[in-house]
Amino acid sequence: MSEVTTLDMPRIEAQATEKTVLGFWVYLMTDCVLFASLFAVYAVLHGNTFGGPGGRELFKLPYVLVETMALLTSSFTCGLAMIAAQKRDRSQVLLWLGVTFLLGLTFLGLELSEFHHMVLDGNGWRRSGFLSSYFTLVGTHGLHITFGLIWMAVIGIFIVRRGLTDGTLKRLTLLSLFWHFLDIVWIFIFTIVYLFGSLNI
Amino acid sequence: MFGQFANAFLGRLSWHAFPQDAITRGGASAIVFGGFAIVALITLTHRWKWLWKEWLTSQDPKRIGVMYIIVSVVMLLRGLGDVALMRAQQATSAGNSHGILDANHFQQIFSAHGTIMIFFVAMGFLFGLINLVLPLQLGARDVAFPFLNATSFWLFFGGMALINLSLVIGDFSAAGWLAYPPLSELKFSPTTGVDYWIWSLEISGVGSLLSGINFLVTILKMRAPGMTLMKMPMFAWSVMGSMTLVAFAFPILTVTLTLLALDRTIGTHFFTAGGGGNAMMYVNLIWAWGHPEVYILILPAFGIFSEVVPTFSRKPLFGYASMVWAIWAIVVLSFTVWLHHFFTMGAGADVNAFFGIMTAVIAVPTGVKIFNWLFTMYRGRIRFATPMLWFMGFTVMFTIGGVAGVLMSVPAIDYQVHNSLFLVAHFHMMIISGVLFGYFAGLSYWFPKIFGFRLHEGLGKLAFWCWSIGFMLAFTPLYILGLMGATRRLDHYDASLGWQPLFIVAGIGVIFVLLGVGAQVLQLVLSIWQRDQRRDLTGDPWGGRTLEWSVPSPAPEYNFTTLPVVTARDQFWVDKRAGKTVEARYEDILLPKNTGMGLVIGVFAFLVGFGMIWHMYWLAVVALLGIMISVVVRACDNEPEHILRATEVEKMDNALRRRKQYV
Repeated sequence: MSEVTTLDMPRIEAQATEKTVLGFWVYLMTDCVLFASLFAVYAVLHGNTFGGPGGRELFKLPYVLVETMALLTSSFTCGLAMIAAQKRDRSQVLLWLGVTFLLGLTFLGLELSEFHHMVLDGNGWRRSGFLSSYFTLVGTHGLHITFGLIWMAVIGIFIVRRGLTDGTLKRLTLLSLFWHFLDIVWIFIFTIVYLFGSLNI
Repeated sequence: MFGQFANAFLGRLSWHAFPQDAITRGGASAIVFGGFAIVALITLTHRWKWLWKEWLTSQDPKRIGVMYIIVSVVMLLRGLGDVALMRAQQATSAGNSHGILDANHFQQIFSAHGTIMIFFVAMGFLFGLINLVLPLQLGARDVAFPFLNATSFWLFFGGMALINLSLVIGDFSAAGWLAYPPLSELKFSPTTGVDYWIWSLEISGVGSLLSGINFLVTILKMRAPGMTLMKMPMFAWSVMGSMTLVAFAFPILTVTLTLLALDRTIGTHFFTAGGGGNAMMYVNLIWAWGHPEVYILILPAFGIFSEVVPTFSRKPLFGYASMVWAIWAIVVLSFTVWLHHFFTMGAGADVNAFFGIMTAVIAVPTGVKIFNWLFTMYRGRIRFATPMLWFMGFTVMFTIGGVAGVLMSVPAIDYQVHNSLFLVAHFHMMIISGVLFGYFAGLSYWFPKIFGFRLHEGLGKLAFWCWSIGFMLAFTPLYILGLMGATRRLDHYDASLGWQPLFIVAGIGVIFVLLGVGAQVLQLVLSIWQRDQRRDLTGDPWGGRTLEWSVPSPAPEYNFTTLPVVTARDQFWVDKRAGKTVEARYEDILLPKNTGMGLVIGVFAFLVGFGMIWHMYWLAVVALLGIMISVVVRACDNEPEHILRATEVEKMDNALRRRKQYV
């Protein structure tokens, strides 16, 4: 606000940030319910292979481990970007954000390639109830990652053009919450879908 | 070549999609001509600019609330039109006579009736009232996220537009208001009907979810200084309970609808009969949302009664703390009863026993609330104004319906009346007397605060009596019919069953209800006509207790010139008793700038839905990109707010208060 006013702008902005962060937490919790529903669906359908292959035949654990490592590392570098942001070190923020972006992109590429091979082998989402729920659960996570990457790119542009203002810092905080949240969801997917699936539990 | 191009471009849209028979044509032309009439009226009176500046782009929750309620009222009229058709069909379609509708039409009409009444009447009315009142009651100037609030409204509007478009282009779902598979799967419902159902609910459902987050943060972060949670008005508590349920339940709805859409568009097997799908999983999922949804609707109605009863009894609310605990008990328990909608699934005795017991238990906190209201009335100085009448009608009918509900919580009894008209009578009694009467009470109670003039009392009372009599006439026969074995959703029955007289009585009941609606429309028109004599010059027409009555009517955009300081429950009542007058002080106020971006997002969401329904995937993708770009453009706006100067506030406030001295 350029105008002269009696309003206590720093206080108002601090309150606004507080509201936004709380609101974003509530949103994340609703997203948590969304994933919980998809996990429940997977739990119900995971045995319904309808004569098709199950998890043990389909999942290649070493491959998924690489995928997982890419995502977990991206969460770490996202944390480094946040630390740099607290120090208002713009180039460091951009560097770590860039690394996070590339790792996220790697994860997404690996996932899409895995999906691609399964579909080519005739094991797409049409094959069975199990595969429908597998593709939807894992794919919803992938879709979240995609939106996260787009968001990251937009914030990157904001930082380049506007610098580390209070506004961009707030958005970066929300993004990092989102990114860590997706990391946690992935840990559940890795455990419940891939590890248990390979053991045929 | 051309055909291929048309297929890619238009999906499955063609001339056959437009209505071919008389009744649908009637409905379609009513919508099209109604739309044209409104556009012509606005153009002729040169109101476009006014509409855009004052309403469509407004970020003021009170304006948004009014828009919600206008949409809901229009949708209520449409839902009642469906009722009239269904009742006419069932009253005449016995034996050799087959009534006025064919079976497919009848199915579309009851599906549309349920969907519209819950999603576009009850939900819209709910968010409308919350928008009107919540910030005022909390002593706040706005909701936590004004732009998100406007976007929620426009998503709701987009969903509403889609469901009505189904009358004009294509058809509507004939699979019931919750579209159980496998009937709702592509194999058995190949037309666009179920897709319309899915996408209109998906879009408005996302709007509801965003509203839920918004109002939760508003309550947690924007209460006036000194207003601890236990000093909040009860309506605010009830909204908090309801919005918590929204946050937990609506993601489940989003998932369920999406899975059904995937089954129908890309051939997954979630709920299909073959391929490893599980149709009962759908029923579980949809009711894991659907049962909390009932409480999402009714908790705020309880909140409204908790405001109305003390005001018109001139006593503080009895058992404030127990009311709060009752709300939260209902919030928790509402997630433990969903299976009572399908005891007949065959889950086994233990599971049925658990859900049966929980269902009986959830009646306890509801009973606590009823008794608290009655104790509030006890030895009070009761005024029988319209809002109070709605409350008293509610008490009687809700108790009857509630007892019928407890009866059905026993699985053995439920097996007898499952999917019968007994059930239909039960849940209409809960939702009409609970939710709708509650919202009517709220609307007539807060109307002067929003518009600055009162509604005609006599016509309001007439409306109440017509509704109540009509309602009892319409649903008492259904209880009896249900016990006689009449299942729901019948478009024809055998004359020898002896049901027809009771169906005719139910039909007469609907005529009374329609008279009640007529009285309400007349009440509105007459009150607007006579608004100069009906002005509320005090700002406190009912002898209110909470903060919203401390500001002039109509409440100004900024709500409060200075933020109130709260030291007690019923702060305004305490201030009045102490003879405390507010000294006029003015300060700069930060308000959100108007923006049309919410509307733009709503239009794009509508196009996403339309593209998905008609398989015009390019349109869906383009519109989705449109939404994303809109969000980014909005994020680039560095100054979404403007400052209202203290001097301007003073001018506006004086104009509002000066009127008092004129008359």
